[in-house]
Amino acid sequence: MGEALLEVKNMITEFRTADGYLPAVRDVSFSLNKGETLCIVGESGCGKSITSLSIIGLLPSNGRIASGEIKFEGEAIQSHTSEQMRQIRGNQISMIFQEPMTALNPVLTIGYQLREPLMIHEKLSKKEAHKKGIDLLKSVGIPYPEKRMNQYPHELSGGMRQRVMIAIALSCNPGLLIADEPTTALDVTIQAQILDLINDLKQEYHMGVIMVTHDMGVVAEVADRVMVMYAGKKVEEGTVEEIFNHPKHPYTIGLLNSVPDVDKPDFELEAIPGSLPSLNQQIHGCRFHERCKFAKETCKQQEPPAFDLSHSHSVSCWLEAEEVINQ
Amino acid sequence: MVGFIFRRFFQLVILLFGISFLVFSSMYLAPGDPASMIGGPTASKEDVEAIRDNLGLDDPFLTQYGRYVVDLVQGDLGYSYQNQQSVAEAIGVRLPNTLKLAIASMIVAIVIGILTGLISALKQNSWLDVGATTFALAGISIPNFWMGAVLILIFSVNLQILPVGGLSSPWYTVEGVKELILPAITLGTGAAAMIARMTRSSMLEVVRADYVRTARAKGVKEREVIWIHTLKNAMIPVLTVIGVNFGSLLGGTIITEKVFAINGVGRLMIDAIAARDFPMVQGSVLLVATLFVVVNLVVDVVYTYIDPRIKYQ
Repeated sequence: MGEALLEVKNMITEFRTADGYLPAVRDVSFSLNKGETLCIVGESGCGKSITSLSIIGLLPSNGRIASGEIKFEGEAIQSHTSEQMRQIRGNQISMIFQEPMTALNPVLTIGYQLREPLMIHEKLSKKEAHKKGIDLLKSVGIPYPEKRMNQYPHELSGGMRQRVMIAIALSCNPGLLIADEPTTALDVTIQAQILDLINDLKQEYHMGVIMVTHDMGVVAEVADRVMVMYAGKKVEEGTVEEIFNHPKHPYTIGLLNSVPDVDKPDFELEAIPGSLPSLNQQIHGCRFHERCKFAKETCKQQEPPAFDLSHSHSVSCWLEAEEVINQ
Repeated sequence: MVGFIFRRFFQLVILLFGISFLVFSSMYLAPGDPASMIGGPTASKEDVEAIRDNLGLDDPFLTQYGRYVVDLVQGDLGYSYQNQQSVAEAIGVRLPNTLKLAIASMIVAIVIGILTGLISALKQNSWLDVGATTFALAGISIPNFWMGAVLILIFSVNLQILPVGGLSSPWYTVEGVKELILPAITLGTGAAAMIARMTRSSMLEVVRADYVRTARAKGVKEREVIWIHTLKNAMIPVLTVIGVNFGSLLGGTIITEKVFAINGVGRLMIDAIAARDFPMVQGSVLLVATLFVVVNLVVDVVYTYIDPRIKYQ
């Protein structure tokens, strides 16, 4: 166990809507150590992206962190001013996004976009930043980096653009890299390359990585620990072995069962029935009980607290309550 | 790029032939006889007949048009029916005034339009936005001639701080600038309103773009996020609107020059139409068409500087 890089405690993120403020992230707590990869998994709309945007301070204008604490390297950053957050972004905390085709500015050269964080945060001159930019492009495996510096995003393929995004994100040696579905929009072969690249660079720079994904294959590939989210809540958290070998929450089990397995031709894909509740839907008890085939009376009445199964594995499900109490 | 510009000029030549044919035939078909206009109310039937014969107005349509085109390709725009003045010369004398007016109006339109659009996009749904949007709607709705008259009433007649009309001083003098202010506002407001609306909607679209979020994620200062990462992208559709509006602005010079007593091509054109002075009408219309095409060619070239994805072969 390394030292804690990021600690999120009881974070609630809300959105202003026509129906008033609605929480998209409900009382989520987790932590991340240096050199560790945490995967946040869940369906689209479960709050995983909003969790990561809350950390880096890039919530849409109608969103806000209503309560809770975000500690980065021991410092509480949730109430930082926008100027303080700007100095952290791209410098100590970086982010790469899902869609490399639109994440780079089409009218600015790769070189300009790559020099920018270096000139802002490291106060390099344009010439120094240009040189470092070339080195960065080299380190993310882009051929002809000198030529690329003068090219525009549309002259590069999707995989190349994501590599550029990674180079930009890593330009100032951030302690924390947040990757929001970085491979979802890419070909499978390119996906593996990008994931390997992130893994290699994580070790090289000794970064903490938060990987947001809905792809259990990606999780198996890169995660040290996994946090499963459902409808704005953390439902299960554990090491990658614990989540894959001993999933406890019915939702986690459902997610794992909805991944096809080529080694077992008899394996039946099992979809989770129903869909994610909307933000303004009032749910009593466990937020998953309407879609859970094991739901009991308690599940409809009371929200389950987190039960610790080991020092790293916890689950918020009443089904586990008896076992924990018995122990 | 050179090839592209060359091709566009070739297209312009074909276009001008088309326009000259349309104008020529509409003037031919229009009621009113230039010969009796020239002769005046006292001219005898024989005199009118002689004038008509002299100008070749009795020849078949295609003969007349053919004669005009043959002169045209030799650079001869013909002579005025009214006073035998060379059309090219008459236009040449008045063109600087029209260009001054058009350019000043375009500057007014671009500066006011983009600034208003920017403010209302950046302060979306605030009272500033409401004000700017209202301005834009009013700017599109208010007719030129009315606004010109009201401006003259306020600033020239009541406040007496700006001249009533005319363009007599050079544009780089204080007097010259003062003379241009009211006509340029009158003519530029409509275009400013269009540009403001386009800037607003384009900015609102671009500020939500992924690459703007990327810029913020890099820690780029908010000012640069707007001026570099957002504005350059948002200007692409605005540029189109600017080019198209230049056309209606040239049309608008006709009224504005009349209201402000400016001796320009617009006034020349309207007077020539009233007098059935065909060569003069032809010449002015061809000039306006050429200006419009050239401005839009410039817009197309500027695109390539703003948007690297656009390339002409």
